[in-house]
Amino acid sequence: MPNIRDLVDYVENNDWAFTQGHRLCPGCNAPMVANWATLAAKSLGYEPVVGVATGCLEVSTTIFPYTSWNVPYIHNAFENVAATISGAEAAYRSLKNRKKIDNDKIKFIAIGGDGGTYDIGLQSLSGAIERGHDFVYILYDNEGYMNTGNQRSGSTPPGADSTTEPIGKASSGKLQLKKSIVDIVAGHEGVYAATAVTSEPWDFMRKMQQALEFRGPAFIAVLAPCVRFWRIPDDSGVEVTKLAVETKYWPLWEYNMGVYKVTKKPKTFKPVKEYITKLGRYNKLMKRPDANEILEELQNYVNAKWDRLLALEELTKDKPLRTKI
Amino acid sequence: MPVKLTVTGAHAVAQAMRQINPDVVAAYPITPQTPVVEYYATFVADGMVDTILVPVESEHSAMSAVVGAAAAGARTMTATAANGLALMIEIVYIAASYRLPIIMPLVNRALSGPLNIHCDHSDAMLARDSGWIQFFTENHQEAYDFTIIATKLAEKENVLLPAMVNLDGFITSHGVESFEMLDDEVVKEFVGTWNPKYSLLDTENPVTFGPVDLFDYYFEHHRQQEEAMNNAYEELPKVFEEFAKISGRKYDFLDLYKTDDADYIMVVMNSTASTAKYVVDELREEGKKVGLIKPQVFTPFPKKEFQKALNGRKGVVILDRAMSFGKEAPLYSLIKSALYEVPSRPKLGSYIYGLGGRNTSPKMIRQAFEDAFNDNLVADEQRYLGLRE
Ligand SMILES: Cc1ncc(C[n+]2csc(CCOP(=O)(O)OP(=O)(O)O)c2C)c(N)n1
Repeated sequence: MPNIRDLVDYVENNDWAFTQGHRLCPGCNAPMVANWATLAAKSLGYEPVVGVATGCLEVSTTIFPYTSWNVPYIHNAFENVAATISGAEAAYRSLKNRKKIDNDKIKFIAIGGDGGTYDIGLQSLSGAIERGHDFVYILYDNEGYMNTGNQRSGSTPPGADSTTEPIGKASSGKLQLKKSIVDIVAGHEGVYAATAVTSEPWDFMRKMQQALEFRGPAFIAVLAPCVRFWRIPDDSGVEVTKLAVETKYWPLWEYNMGVYKVTKKPKTFKPVKEYITKLGRYNKLMKRPDANEILEELQNYVNAKWDRLLALEELTKDKPLRTKI
Repeated sequence: MPVKLTVTGAHAVAQAMRQINPDVVAAYPITPQTPVVEYYATFVADGMVDTILVPVESEHSAMSAVVGAAAAGARTMTATAANGLALMIEIVYIAASYRLPIIMPLVNRALSGPLNIHCDHSDAMLARDSGWIQFFTENHQEAYDFTIIATKLAEKENVLLPAMVNLDGFITSHGVESFEMLDDEVVKEFVGTWNPKYSLLDTENPVTFGPVDLFDYYFEHHRQQEEAMNNAYEELPKVFEEFAKISGRKYDFLDLYKTDDADYIMVVMNSTASTAKYVVDELREEGKKVGLIKPQVFTPFPKKEFQKALNGRKGVVILDRAMSFGKEAPLYSLIKSALYEVPSRPKLGSYIYGLGGRNTSPKMIRQAFEDAFNDNLVADEQRYLGLRE
């Protein structure tokens, strides 16, 4: 587990892998994710090499001639951060084999938004995982194409307003549920995969450590609000993700080579309605005559997902599908 | 000592790759490039090379992975054809602007649709403005040689550009022919080791690859790409010279065949040049003053060399194995534009041939030459060889 004192040292020595001066919006949760991932890696003695997919985090942190990245960094395109990092990782193995470099501490971290992960980058991610590259993929999930102005993605939840499937007189907006991305990744089997949230830094750090130590592909999906397009106050992103966990909207769990584990089990849960009504992006939904029906469906869905997770945890306990990639 | 191998062109290219032994190869199979990847995979499997092969799930990922690997300081290669190139084209441009000297044999095939797996140059023309150096090769020997030459040129510090080596799908890639393979050691020494200035793996000196480059710098960076391409043009004669020393084969921007006293010249790329040389020989026997130019380098376009070679000729027929719908064919338009500045411009003819692998016979080549002798060339009238109208 990254030691809090080490983390403080990095902060006090101003030794940030991801430094200040970026131009993400006030209150954006993406930089927290970038920071924690790289700080955790450094405090565990690794030297992170980072790849970022096109999206808010990328465009706001590397406006030439400036960069917020104090560690080696590559952006290639929108849909290919996993393939790009897989190539860098292959180069690392090759150059080590050929004794052209002598450094065992490098760890590759790919970071993508939900568009770059659930949608356009899914094939690249799947290929890189299937090939078993040693890298950690971090998804900052803000549930939409936010960089380009809140277009719908495969992660946008039903009822949330977006500019490419807006709620209008003749349309009820997006009705499809979001993809269960961690299940998709877990379907690759030889992988470590987990969910995380910005309100639970230690849970994230622990998972990050697991991911870094896992010899093969690892994936962490972090619910990371876009305060602007979720229509919430700037300072409420973290609070909102806390509520997402407390309402079963975004359970915290992990999957390790077939074994499921729920990493946070709240004693009591709040109704999902509490989460939904906090987010301005659902205002139009809440005004619809069938709002309660839709909410009820969502409540049933999150209940079923939670029960399923507990059952999977029980079923797979000490029963890994594989012991190596 | 060099050895003669009688193999397919795909095998010849794979042998060049084996001798270069890049750090990383990432590729995805597509006819007619597939055997290049298969041979290489066999070399890896048999321990003949210690390259890390990344068997990606698509060409888009092949180019993405070699960009990642090259940025990490590796010498990298991939290979593709037609639809594979089209799928990766977004990253083909990115590779050039990141100044990564990736080497890619392109086994020329028609770019769909409808689906056609046979040879033409529509795939290469898709990438003509991507910022890659583009070589064209007539046969196995050239495909092999230029894979080695490309590696040497691409990595020059004042160049740092990716390069593709075009060879004709099936005709060259699958046809069996002899070529002379240099010694492994000679090739190894010729290409040397690749020591990039910047690498993702240099954690002591972190750099940001691929930042957002807005209106205040992007333009200058693209101007630098042009400079690099000019440098490639300047460096090429030196590389050709060095290659001649190890191989005895002296290349130039243009392969000039019997052009010295020729009144009528044909320009054609890749394997059809062999057919055209045969026709030139026949016509010479009939007393016709004809010659052939086969460009080996398409990008940077050897404009000066064309001016010198074509100034004062009576007629020039240019054969394109690709179309540029609604505009002049690619090779024709570049040559025509090069001739704008020469004092004595020849008459020009534009001929499209061989699309989708349509066979191009000596008779068709002869017809284009005959149009030239019979003073039957009309500038910008696009004609078609072997087409049923
Ligand atoms: C091939 C391609 N298609 C579309 C785009 C335009 N585009 C850039 S970023 C982006 C959305 C990114 O969304 P996401 O991955 O969710 O990250 P976020 O912006 O929310 O951080 C889109 C559509 C692109 N850059 N490349």
